[in-house]
Amino acid sequence: MIHILKMVAQRLALGVFILFVVSVIIFMAVELLPGDFVDAILGQAATEATVEAFRYQLGLDRPAYIRYFEWLGDIFQGDLGYSFRAQRPIDDLVLLRLYNTLFLAAYAAAIAVPIALLFGVLAAMYRNSFFDRTVNVVALIAISSPEFLAAYILIFVFAVQLGWFPTLAQVSIDMEFGERLRVLLLPAVTLTLVTMAHMMRMTRASIINLLSHPYIEMARLKGMSNRRIIVRHALPNAIAPIVNVVAINLAYMIVGVVVVEVVFVYPGLGQLLVDSVSNRDMPVVQIACLIFAVTYISLNLLADICSVLSNPRLLHPR
Amino acid sequence: MTAATDGHASEASEGDVLLRMRGLRIEGRADEEWLEIVHGIDLELHRGEVLGLIGESGAGKSTIGLAALGYARDGCRISGGEIWFDGVDLARISEGKRRALRGRRIAYVAQSAAAAFNPAHRLIDQCVEAPVRHGLLDREQAEREAIDLFRKLQLPNPETIGQRFPHQVSGGQLQRVMVAMAMAGRPDLIVFDEPTTALDVTTQIEVMAAVKKVVEAHGTAAIYVTHDLAVVAQMADRIIVLRNGHVVEQGDTRGILENPQEDYTRALVRVRELRKERMEADDTDVPVLEVANVTAAYGKDPVLVDVSMTVPKQRTVAVVGESGSGKSTTARVITGLLPPQKGSIRFHGNTLPSAYFKRTKDQLRQIQMIYQSPDTALNPKHSVRDVIGRPLTFYLGLRGRKREERVRELLSLIELDPDQFIDRRATELSGGQKQRVCIARALAADPQLVICDEVTSALDQLVGEEILRLLLRLQKEFGLSYLFITHDLATVRAIADHVVVMQHGEVVDSGTRDEIFTPPHHEYTELLLSSVPEMDPDWLDRLLAERGEEFRDRGI
Repeated sequence: MIHILKMVAQRLALGVFILFVVSVIIFMAVELLPGDFVDAILGQAATEATVEAFRYQLGLDRPAYIRYFEWLGDIFQGDLGYSFRAQRPIDDLVLLRLYNTLFLAAYAAAIAVPIALLFGVLAAMYRNSFFDRTVNVVALIAISSPEFLAAYILIFVFAVQLGWFPTLAQVSIDMEFGERLRVLLLPAVTLTLVTMAHMMRMTRASIINLLSHPYIEMARLKGMSNRRIIVRHALPNAIAPIVNVVAINLAYMIVGVVVVEVVFVYPGLGQLLVDSVSNRDMPVVQIACLIFAVTYISLNLLADICSVLSNPRLLHPR
Repeated sequence: MTAATDGHASEASEGDVLLRMRGLRIEGRADEEWLEIVHGIDLELHRGEVLGLIGESGAGKSTIGLAALGYARDGCRISGGEIWFDGVDLARISEGKRRALRGRRIAYVAQSAAAAFNPAHRLIDQCVEAPVRHGLLDREQAEREAIDLFRKLQLPNPETIGQRFPHQVSGGQLQRVMVAMAMAGRPDLIVFDEPTTALDVTTQIEVMAAVKKVVEAHGTAAIYVTHDLAVVAQMADRIIVLRNGHVVEQGDTRGILENPQEDYTRALVRVRELRKERMEADDTDVPVLEVANVTAAYGKDPVLVDVSMTVPKQRTVAVVGESGSGKSTTARVITGLLPPQKGSIRFHGNTLPSAYFKRTKDQLRQIQMIYQSPDTALNPKHSVRDVIGRPLTFYLGLRGRKREERVRELLSLIELDPDQFIDRRATELSGGQKQRVCIARALAADPQLVICDEVTSALDQLVGEEILRLLLRLQKEFGLSYLFITHDLATVRAIADHVVVMQHGEVVDSGTRDEIFTPPHHEYTELLLSSVPEMDPDWLDRLLAERGEEFRDRGI
């Protein structure tokens, strides 16, 4: 057990290190963007003196590395910074958006992951059958069509034609849970469509990959049913690759939702990021990117740990 | 069922015949084409009888063994004939009915227990699976039954060993757990598919003894598939000799061993009779290779402790020991792949740099290796010309016509026709031919010392023996020295001048072949020697009687 804790601690340390590197990259990338907030606000007509004064006021005249360490230090103290544009602390701005994004991601995951796993297992069980082929073709079509297209088709059919759901995913804090689910169904289904195929095909492939192993033949020769062979003998050994692909897709649901949020005008983190980039509101851009990085790294970390825990050789050493 | 099959059914169940195959044909798919690999086999097995199926690779013995469960591997199909098991034709009934028989009335024991157990589940869960799922016993009864079998099979801690995962149990123990798993449904028939081939000789005995005891006690009928006639001699009442999907000969065990009728059977019985002529005393030359007090480790785990050995000129030194004894690690140290922590390697009296990348090209050229598995030691994309030509260019700078001539010369040396083989790829060669090409590749460098790491253990016995003959001839012609790593004492007896016995990373015994093989032996050497199966059906019983209590205590 101790060496597992050690392994987990090592992964965690590595995650923190990667996060540090990413924070440097984010800061540098933002620095490299042409034009800053001052240019964007004051426009071309501003005099040198006004620009200088404004930069001084925002602290943008100091060297980049000093601002980086200040930024990092503040984050460690829980101070995410101050939005240039909104003129208020970023936490106010970001937390609600983050909640919205996480809510949508969790919603989509709750639909996509069980369906993907179930269909993956079924496709493996009845591989090369009509069912398997149909599922595969549908999944491929879903993953190949761009998400905005899927979103607009869904909106057209279910919002415009049938009128079952609103076209825009507008939410407020005091909204009831059930109502929120109804409003968010179309964006959640859109996310499901684009992520499910990947998870399903990976589940199917990982299981089929195992079917040539001697212990599967042994299970057959013990007279076990096809279903039991897949579920009991193949699936537990396929956890590691499946968990990894699920983690990547969960990360995508949080980080990659920008397009979906824009289409449905959903007040999530992705939209905030897009707005902030066009406004040159750099402190917000940086924080949003950092949150995305944390999401990615921690989900992958979680997948790593799950893979370790699913390996009996590591869990039960000799 | 039609009247006709009913007729067969009554015929098949007459007397005490449990399994009867008639005209069994099995096809395997190769390149979109079905080729017949088992050509109409007839076979009969009585209740409680043990039938040995013996043959070399490609004989179809495992395929026939699996057919006794009505099973054909992916890419194979049962294309004709009948498989009557207790009144039903396994070739005709539905898959569902076959499934109901498997694990309940017919069980299977595979070659590699390490691969045949599901790594994700505890042993006990896998052992009770068949009886519980087939509805024979409830979980608690099945566990008690399994523990009882563990005890009968002399597994250590029978009460708790089932709680372990497959990787937590040694190879020989795992193989016995698999026997318990097969017996758990109280089957009428068990198919043993090379159950001891992957084990060390000392472990092989434990498994053979346990299997024999349990099978006899339960009156289970068995099909025992193996390539080793000496092993099957201990287990089987009757033997069927197979070759290329045909029955060569069949008869009771003693008859086959003592009075084989067919040439092929005679060759199988005679195998292991190869003996190298005795060499006169060694000259006083400086030895080709001296390994002096080498201690080495992988990371923190010590694998070699104070190992010393010498290889005289034009002699063969055999290094024997069981898996994990450090034989192959010794080879890695000599070739510089694993620099030792202590000790030195001297070649013709000069100390070699410990790491291969610090050695000169000429030092590297002098020591060549031949590996256990020619399948993985040859690049499948390369032609024989590339494989043998590469060291000619690398070490000796031969190119163009000279290189081509030398490749052809080497092919003739290893008894392969150059015109026929020079353009072939590794995938177009048989196992023995591949190993010959590996030998030619080693010879191409014009070495003084060749390290042979289990070069015959992946080959059929008759093929392996040819390889040994070839190596002996080459030694004579070119004055080569061999360091011959093997776990097979028959091979040692056949080719060694000197023997080094290793155990747990240490040299426990060494001497000339005659010294080692003539009593009195070192204790461990004695254990190894006495564990090699002999072509005598009474050998195992005699040995167990001799070892007596001492042996039985070992497991529990």
